[in-house]
Amino acid sequence: MSTNAQSVPRAFPLPLDPRFPARSPKHGPVSVDLRNRSQSSPIPKVGLSEICLSYRTQSGERLLALDNINLQVRPGEFVCIVGPSGCGKSTLLHLIAGLHTQTSGQVLIDGKPVQGTGTDRILIFQDHGLFPWLTVGQNVEFGMKMKGVPKVERQERTRHYLQLVHLAKFETSYIHQLSGGMRQRVAIARALATEPDVLLMDEPFAALDAQTRDLLHDELERIWSETGRTIIFVTHNVREAVRLGDRVVLLTFRPGRVKSQFPVDLPRPRSLEDPEVALAARAVLDELRDETNRSLEAEYRNGIKPHIEPGVEA
Amino acid sequence: MKRAMRFLIFYTALFGLWTLLAELKIWPPYLFPTPWGVAEALYAGFQDHSYWIAIRVSMQRVLIGYGISVILGMILGLGVASNKFLEETMGGLLVSLQSLPSICWWPLALLWFGLNQNAILFVVIMGSLLSVTLAMEDGRKQMPKIFGQAGRNLGAKGFKLFWYVLLPASLPFIVSGLKQGWAFAWRSLITAEMLYLSLGLGQVLMMGRDLNDMSSVIAVMFLIIAIGYVVDGVVFKGMERHLQNRWGLTPAP
Repeated sequence: MSTNAQSVPRAFPLPLDPRFPARSPKHGPVSVDLRNRSQSSPIPKVGLSEICLSYRTQSGERLLALDNINLQVRPGEFVCIVGPSGCGKSTLLHLIAGLHTQTSGQVLIDGKPVQGTGTDRILIFQDHGLFPWLTVGQNVEFGMKMKGVPKVERQERTRHYLQLVHLAKFETSYIHQLSGGMRQRVAIARALATEPDVLLMDEPFAALDAQTRDLLHDELERIWSETGRTIIFVTHNVREAVRLGDRVVLLTFRPGRVKSQFPVDLPRPRSLEDPEVALAARAVLDELRDETNRSLEAEYRNGIKPHIEPGVEA
Repeated sequence: MKRAMRFLIFYTALFGLWTLLAELKIWPPYLFPTPWGVAEALYAGFQDHSYWIAIRVSMQRVLIGYGISVILGMILGLGVASNKFLEETMGGLLVSLQSLPSICWWPLALLWFGLNQNAILFVVIMGSLLSVTLAMEDGRKQMPKIFGQAGRNLGAKGFKLFWYVLLPASLPFIVSGLKQGWAFAWRSLITAEMLYLSLGLGQVLMMGRDLNDMSSVIAVMFLIIAIGYVVDGVVFKGMERHLQNRWGLTPAP
């Protein structure tokens, strides 16, 4: 699996394109891919230590979904996890969120092992998971209400976070009245309103059209820099990962292992069209391709569903 | 317009047929009353307050019985849906019990509770509990998993998770079961009331028989139909429409 590690260049010389002047001079020539660089912070915000997850399939086979995942995420870091369908990247987020339990290993927040769900880690789902029986405002309020935040403060914070995602006018609307992009913004506001340390985002923009996604990338980048949250963002879209992340973590196809990590030292704000982003994405894509091929092969050969359904644990 | 016309023609014809048969006097009037005989009986029943009292007593009983069914059924259904052991054991039992007409519980109810209101309530509960339970079980399974996950993720646990997330999330999936439960409760109540002197609509119906007064029997039958129809059409239809609007579901044609 690591055979092609040598074939990937260690750093990319940037093409000097006059249309894209360097935005941050202190970055100098931007270099990408200092793989597996050690982290400087002593206590990571999120630490995954030897996480394994296996479950039994319907035919009774034992399937290893995640194999010895070790990952450290610094406070305030934006980490993107990419991998082919079926690598268990969504499952990993569910584990961190505490919605499922790993077979072995530990999820650590600030060095302390976590058990079950907690509002210090909020997951944003691909299908947003907003409650259709509540208004936009009530949705944003929900987590605070569960926490027992007093009503006046709840309303204040709801208004604040709705303003942050530019949806203040829609406080009394119902979810079905909003567009897909607006729904995802409500989901982000709802997650932020509980003031979590860590935002876990599970392909939140995958179902959106390209224009909406571009706008939400900009908004997410802005919100991230304004709130200083730690974000773990799962996507199958490598460009998106490079455009958003401080670091891109590549998982292998079943069982999911950390194949390699790509720090992205590009100046912000970025854009999907930045040639630097495209170039950095190329390196990730080259490595991802092998895994995608394995994923497709398995799908064609066995007719197995590439997606891992979490929840059925052996 | 066309629909209203068809409606009008159908009921005029039905009414005409009834009048004709009654006027032909094939059967004596006390066995086959005329429409106005029934109308008179209705008027008289409301005039001397006996129908009002019967309606109030019956409604009170069905509301209590049905209310208990809904609460118990939701707890039971949720338990069965979320516990594999219960599902495997009790799931089948519940389905098989549903084939038992609720009035079969009447002898047991008499022995356990005596000849009183509680025996009637018991039959009503047994009549509707199962359909509410099965509806809740089904609704809990049909409900998208994401709501429960999102709720837990945002810090809802235990009763709060049930009350603020699982219950509202499953409502669109259980509303038809709740409706069915209501219909069973209403039928069980009338049956039980007919077997026992009890002031309710069922008893007024039997009184008509005892007095050979078919006009009042049919009048009370109309009342029973009307109440069932109104609750179904107003309460449950309203609830369905409300849920459809909230969830942005297209109303069923």
